Amino acid sequence: MSAQYALELKSLRKNFGKTEIIRGVDLAVKAGERVAIIGPNGAGKSTLFNLISGRLAPTSGEVLLNGQRIDGKKPFEINRLGLSRSFQITNIFPKLSVFENLRCGVLWSLGYRYTFLRFLSNLDDANARTEELMRQIGLQRKRDVHAVNLTYAEQRALEIGVTIAGGAGVILLDEPTAGMSKTETAHFISLIKHVTVGKTLLTVEHDMGVVFGLADKIAVVVYGEVIAFDTPAAVRANARVQEAYLGSSVADAQGAGH
Amino acid sequence: MTSTTTTTTAATTQYYRFKPWNIGRFLIWSLFAIVLIVSPLLFKSSLALTMLSQMGYLIIICLSYNILLGQGGMLSFGHAVYVGLGSFLAIHVMNMGDKGGLQIPLVAIPLVGGLAGMFFAILLGFVTTKKSGTTFAMITLGIGELVASMALMFPSFFGGEGGITTNRVYGPSFFGFNFGPQIQVYYLIAAYCFVCTALMYAFTGTPLGRMLNAVRDNPERVEFIGYNTQRVRYFAFIIAGFFAGIGGGLASINFEIVNAADSLSAIRSGGYLLFTFLGGAVFFFGPIIGAVLLVFASILLSELSKAWQLYFGLVFVFMVMFAPGGIASLVMMNLRVAKFGKFNRFWLLYVALAVALVPVVVGAAALIEMIYHIQLNSALGPKLNYFGVAIDTSAAASWLGAAAILAVGLAALEVARRRFVRVWGQAQEEIEAEIKRREAA
Repeated sequence: MSAQYALELKSLRKNFGKTEIIRGVDLAVKAGERVAIIGPNGAGKSTLFNLISGRLAPTSGEVLLNGQRIDGKKPFEINRLGLSRSFQITNIFPKLSVFENLRCGVLWSLGYRYTFLRFLSNLDDANARTEELMRQIGLQRKRDVHAVNLTYAEQRALEIGVTIAGGAGVILLDEPTAGMSKTETAHFISLIKHVTVGKTLLTVEHDMGVVFGLADKIAVVVYGEVIAFDTPAAVRANARVQEAYLGSSVADAQGAGH
Repeated sequence: MTSTTTTTTAATTQYYRFKPWNIGRFLIWSLFAIVLIVSPLLFKSSLALTMLSQMGYLIIICLSYNILLGQGGMLSFGHAVYVGLGSFLAIHVMNMGDKGGLQIPLVAIPLVGGLAGMFFAILLGFVTTKKSGTTFAMITLGIGELVASMALMFPSFFGGEGGITTNRVYGPSFFGFNFGPQIQVYYLIAAYCFVCTALMYAFTGTPLGRMLNAVRDNPERVEFIGYNTQRVRYFAFIIAGFFAGIGGGLASINFEIVNAADSLSAIRSGGYLLFTFLGGAVFFFGPIIGAVLLVFASILLSELSKAWQLYFGLVFVFMVMFAPGGIASLVMMNLRVAKFGKFNRFWLLYVALAVALVPVVVGAAALIEMIYHIQLNSALGPKLNYFGVAIDTSAAASWLGAAAILAVGLAALEVARRRFVRVWGQAQEEIEAEIKRREAA
């Protein structure tokens, strides 16, 4: 078994009808690595996340989580095996409070499953973990506020909170900073770094400043293929990447961000 | 991981700890128990006792329905199936006892109904809960019709058009109660009502209960935090079926008859849906209000007027339009205003609304009754007795008079409503500002 990798994709393909969206992706992410996936709009980054997290089933190819095949499994099965994802469009429980949102994310991982024979309020470990999460994402003051009434940035933080709540080892974040201002983004990136310490992180990101600040490695996806997967410095120097995608935007981001 | 968890437990539990006997909760449940106990002592007529008995089991049924609708976001059009099948199983077991077979004490008969409801929920719910949303609603409708029409095909079990009758007084008495007199049946129903309400309330505080809310809010995300949404819906459906069956069992004991054409019908399911919604599906206690209204509507209103379903339909339409959270949400919104000490300004406005509503109701009802009269009772002549006033439906003055009263009422209501909306909006703004201030502090 190739369990030295936390997440491994082997010639992964996805067709919608006759259209090939993902055209044979190979990717191997070591445990604890932070990988940013970049690429132009429509390159298939979100589809790739959907294939990994079970939202879509691949047409062919394999997805391995810690050496175990997970392609074709249902999202909740994949989540139970230790992979959790966030969404580009905020996807939380609008009519539940911040605390309840996070606690829902915690319950399965602590083994409470479908029980109706215990009171939530007596589950000390779940409640303590929820409080801890709420502190980590900085929403203690909004504890009893319904998620629908939070500000956008707070909802994005809650989105991350729900994603990491189950303690999954592999975290997929789909454009976590989409729609945020520059200062919010900076704050948010440090939050993400903080809460994903020791975890394997894959993130789709558009902001090049964020990408080069956050990632150990960068995967460049163009037209459903990974054309480069290497350290930021190597990717920046990669001629094919420059030609296909980065070009002047890197220089801009470098000039502005650092 | 474990070490951080244990250290944080000590730090966090001090401000988050369950208080099962907090005063407010204790008071409310005591009050509920007292109301159940005292009601038949205050309202002694046999009509009142009949109504109270029906309210008792309808509270259970509407609350069980709200596990689906309010807590799980499942719009079921077939809840009467589980209530009705609970009724049938209960009545057959009673008859078995009556005929000298296995005697299950009458106090346990509602549980027989409950287990029957649960059994059929396990069986039929497996199909139903595969889907959510519109598909779920369609499947429940289909299964409801299927069961209702199948019931007529098996007259030996369902009793055909006449239904099945029973005698609830069989076997040894239970601590001196034989449950012959209606008052004893009432207290049996009341006891079940209290226990079932408490159990269903407890359910809302369990992991499954909370995940059911999460499935209602956003089923897709639930799949990505480790839960199978179908399972969550299925388990909740089974629990709702259990309590529905208990309600059905109690109905059998109460009436000593159950009729398939009536108790399994889509109309009955619709009734549970409408009154649960009217009471308020957003809050746990809403369906209790709904069940009480259901009894008032079906017993008192139907005595008062042939057009009661039309009146009820109008009320329902206005509720959906102006208070989609039902009566419970109206109560809670006003309590919120009162909690922030802003209720005083509304007394006069509520009086004004009520006063303006009188001519609206009188005028509209007069028109409706006149129309009903000429359609249905024209053979009895043009005279109609309307709350002791004789109205001549052949005279134009009657119609014009009623229309004028209605018009005046509508105008007054509109004036009062506009004022109310303005003051209400202002009060809400003040409350929001107050909350912001407290948050910042």
